[in-house]
Amino acid sequence: MITKRIIACLDVHGGRVVKGVQFVDIVDAGDPAALAARHAREGADEIVLLDITATHEGRQTLLDTVRRTARELFIPFAVGGGIRSAEDAAQVFEAGADKVSVNSAALANPALIDAIGRSFGAQAVVVAIDARRDPHAADPVRDAQVLVQGGRKLTGRRVVEWAREAEARGAGEILLTSMDTDGTRAGFDCELTAAVSESVGIPVIASGGAGTVDHFTDVFARGKADAALAASIFHFGVSSARSLKEELARAGVSVRLPC
Amino acid sequence: MRVTVIDYRAGNLTSVLKAFRHLGAEVDVTGGDLALVDAADRLVLPGVGHFAATERLASTGLKPAIRAAIARGVPFLGICVGMQWLYSGSSEAPEQPGLAHFAEQCTRFPESKEKVPHVGWNSLEVRAIVGSASRLFAGVERDEFVYFTHSYRAPVTGYTAAVTQYIEPFAAAVERANVMGVQFHPEKSGETGLKILRNFLLWEGKGIA
Repeated sequence: MITKRIIACLDVHGGRVVKGVQFVDIVDAGDPAALAARHAREGADEIVLLDITATHEGRQTLLDTVRRTARELFIPFAVGGGIRSAEDAAQVFEAGADKVSVNSAALANPALIDAIGRSFGAQAVVVAIDARRDPHAADPVRDAQVLVQGGRKLTGRRVVEWAREAEARGAGEILLTSMDTDGTRAGFDCELTAAVSESVGIPVIASGGAGTVDHFTDVFARGKADAALAASIFHFGVSSARSLKEELARAGVSVRLPC
Repeated sequence: MRVTVIDYRAGNLTSVLKAFRHLGAEVDVTGGDLALVDAADRLVLPGVGHFAATERLASTGLKPAIRAAIARGVPFLGICVGMQWLYSGSSEAPEQPGLAHFAEQCTRFPESKEKVPHVGWNSLEVRAIVGSASRLFAGVERDEFVYFTHSYRAPVTGYTAAVTQYIEPFAAAVERANVMGVQFHPEKSGETGLKILRNFLLWEGKGIA
């Protein structure tokens, strides 16, 4: 039976893992390669490394960090941040990533999704979408605003129509972050996740707001998520992916165990 | 242990090379140097992405070289699209014939409420093939998982070494004499995947005639 994935996210700034609470109050939580290996050992199903500063400081993803992190990692490994062209993506793949995550560059140039998919396959393209509910829209959830630059800038796009365009252009997965819940540890935005997941035929990874095991159970059941992403819940010894998955299994969620 | 990996520009080889090197294998990569295929101890055909990419195997002359190596008994492992290429073809690129080592066609998952592609960790039901135990899955327990990412798949037949359920049962792995294929990505399947690759590297050419 296909299982729900628990994805450990490493937000990287200057080659070090950090975790922001809504992208401020950054706390150093260590070395990406060591943390990725630890997450894999402790049962994470996948690793995502996001260079959170790359886009708005105009920096290239730190290829050395990717290379070092990929070296001893034998589970899927996705990398995002600062990938603006198929050539940028090619360098990240060459360094050992299995997937790239594109966000603002894809919004600025949607054909980037097609270009990476053509060269590396749809399975290698994750389109990351940061969205915030729009209380003024007819449907505040389906028409949630798509944001870039860590939630600082509106794009004019709406979450469901952008997710559908990304799929039509050949995205393999959607990584959906709720800017309303990100960093709060108060739970995922299940309505937003379900609205996107039910509108596309590709897997949706829910992100933003994980704080307890019930939040994960909820986003898989009500949110119709195929995978869920968490960073801060793991980093400080609060829990491990394995103990999270054991609790999810007890709650009836299908997960990869033993792992 | 020496293994020759065929590069036909179908996605990214880095992970496959890394996994074999981690297991202590010496890895050669050939993008069209047929002499390397002719001299290979073991051959691996990886591949992610679109079946149409296998056109390059025909245009570079790799296809007859691989066929000859298989006929000599060289252990062969196809991964993902590399497994699908062992069949007659795929509805993903109907104009592009496969090797036809297995007669069947690969087809897309049918429409259903489930998502396509099939992405994630799924379980394996390992089977005996014509009465012999699988070589690839020696030591793999019933409840182990592997990582898949694909929209097309091969049907279950007598040579199916492992069945996975997604929408309906499909061939997660195939074995016939020295020819093996896996639909999942052993290089991305943690310890289970490394065990399967190690089994391929250590197989001494016995079993399943």
